[in-house]
Amino acid sequence: MTTVAGIELEIFERGRGEPILYLHGGAGIGSDVAFLDLIAKERRVIAPSHPGFGRSSLPDWLDSVDDISHVYLELMDRLGLMRVDMVGFSIGGWIAAEIASKLPQRLTRLALIGPVGVKTGPPDKLDIPDIFAMSQEALNKLRFHDPKNNPAELAAMSDDELFIAARNRETLALITWEPYMHNPKLKHRLHRVEAPVLLLRGGCDGIVSAEYLLRYAALFPKARIETIAQAGHLPHVEQRELTAQIILQFLGTDQMAERAGAKS
Amino acid sequence: MKAWHFSENAYPYLPPAQDYESIRVSLPNRNYDPKKGAALYDRYIDEWLIAEDEGLELMLNEHHQTATCVDPAAPLVLAALARLSKKARLLILGNPVANRRQPVRVAEEMAMVDILSKGRLECGFVRGVPYEVLPANSNPVRMNERQWEAIDLIIKAWTNHDGPVSHEGRFFHHRNINIWPRPYQQPHPPIWISTTTPGGAGRVGARGYVQATFLTGYGGTSAIYDSYRRGWREAGGGADVPVNRLAYAALVYTGESEEAARSGAEKLLWYITSNKVPLHFCYPPGYVPTPVHAQILRGAAIDQHAANRANATVDKAIEAGIMFAGTPDQVFRQIKHMYDHVGGFGHLLNMGQAGFLEHDETVHGIKMFAREVYPRLQEAFPDSAISGVREERVVA
Repeated sequence: MTTVAGIELEIFERGRGEPILYLHGGAGIGSDVAFLDLIAKERRVIAPSHPGFGRSSLPDWLDSVDDISHVYLELMDRLGLMRVDMVGFSIGGWIAAEIASKLPQRLTRLALIGPVGVKTGPPDKLDIPDIFAMSQEALNKLRFHDPKNNPAELAAMSDDELFIAARNRETLALITWEPYMHNPKLKHRLHRVEAPVLLLRGGCDGIVSAEYLLRYAALFPKARIETIAQAGHLPHVEQRELTAQIILQFLGTDQMAERAGAKS
Repeated sequence: MKAWHFSENAYPYLPPAQDYESIRVSLPNRNYDPKKGAALYDRYIDEWLIAEDEGLELMLNEHHQTATCVDPAAPLVLAALARLSKKARLLILGNPVANRRQPVRVAEEMAMVDILSKGRLECGFVRGVPYEVLPANSNPVRMNERQWEAIDLIIKAWTNHDGPVSHEGRFFHHRNINIWPRPYQQPHPPIWISTTTPGGAGRVGARGYVQATFLTGYGGTSAIYDSYRRGWREAGGGADVPVNRLAYAALVYTGESEEAARSGAEKLLWYITSNKVPLHFCYPPGYVPTPVHAQILRGAAIDQHAANRANATVDKAIEAGIMFAGTPDQVFRQIKHMYDHVGGFGHLLNMGQAGFLEHDETVHGIKMFAREVYPRLQEAFPDSAISGVREERVVA
């Protein structure tokens, strides 16, 4: 546990090399661990559980993604991450985008997997479907190319794991309820992010649509999009190796290019 | 004991239940016929006024986006009753303050009703049932905290008389609070709070407000009242908790014969049987404590509330203590049994209309209760009584 701003943060750290700050999605870090292990074969991965997720504490004053991004700015200072690659999935992508908008010069590259966080569509249509107004079954249909790939089978969880799953859902509601899944200001701030950005989604993602990702990408000066077939909202779970490969390649090329640039 | 006639303003003219997913939140309002709805409002208000004529007090509540209770702005109906009624106490139970963005506006509405009724308002506050968070777009996390801050802010708005004051709290911000009118009753109208869990009741007891609980039956009610009395005593309220601090709501139907009563009682059960709501509307994240939420995720069928569909027969509902129905003798005995079981309560909130219980039947039930049962309750359970089982009071 690491204490930042009075918050006890649970931090997964593994691998060696240039650091990657990985920010998990709304269901917590549990189902991402196998993916992180793949990334950690090449790079040092630092992956905190967000406040109120996993075993990280949740102070009374914290109730927004913006709050969490400030906690992580302090964490980056604490860990000496002066320049860092960031990978964020879903709300973790939103947190990463918030961090990037505040201190763009600290970012080397940014990879967003099925990110939420901006509102670019019309007022009379939700950009992101209302996950709090549907059954778990309906939600899983949106989340997975094949719902059988769901690694977090609730019925099979231990009491401890289930408690964490429930708490994760509560914190997710706390920070995404209104405005729903976005910060209205964020889209007016992302133009400052000069670093290359990769936005990636599963081809069958029912939560983050292709149009949404396209409009999101347009907010960054240097962004490109990758789509991974036969994956839903969690391509890093349903197409773990391919996703890891694409992300490592995106992050690695840049460093090689930078090093090459430094030598010449 | 005081008895209150309570009606949810139900709209029962619905398609077959298998044709819709939920009676709450998402049932399209094309199923609501405004002309039929207008006639229903007339009818339900008439029934409240008949109940007043029969000597009962009046109670109403608020729900949203549901056919079970077409009273999404209870202060409006309350204002109408304030002018149409003459003597009854008027209980709104209540204002869903965790879901209202402007507590000061609630303070204004309630002050107006108190003035309009010349001091007959009993002002209830509720956290709101779980299905209310989607209609209100209200975050289900930290609702209790919001509710209590809102209540404190409303009391501040009611009791400050010296020009603008301010509030900069955790959830609400308001500068220049200086409401006109101020309440008729001084320092403010009596406050009621509804809770269906022991956890909440202790806090209500510590404040000394009236605690109401709905359809919690023999099983749940004792624990809630125990917690209330403990909270009351620990906060220095004294050893004796007056019964008039506690209220119990049940489905009530009184008839001349057992058969007649049963026929009315069966219609009242619509309130329970019609409540078709999918799980995801019932348990928004953060509404229940995390361990309970965890069990729900596992798929455990959690319906420990006494008013569940398994209890939706007249016999089972009476056995569970969520319904008092029968001849005047039977109804009196059932209420007495509940009273003794939970240690006494000073208010009986009678849900006297639901679903297809027609006007004549509703009025018959109101009159039979008011004339044949109520006088006996008033005599047997005086307002001056003390609540709590004897052993508990000796220990205290």
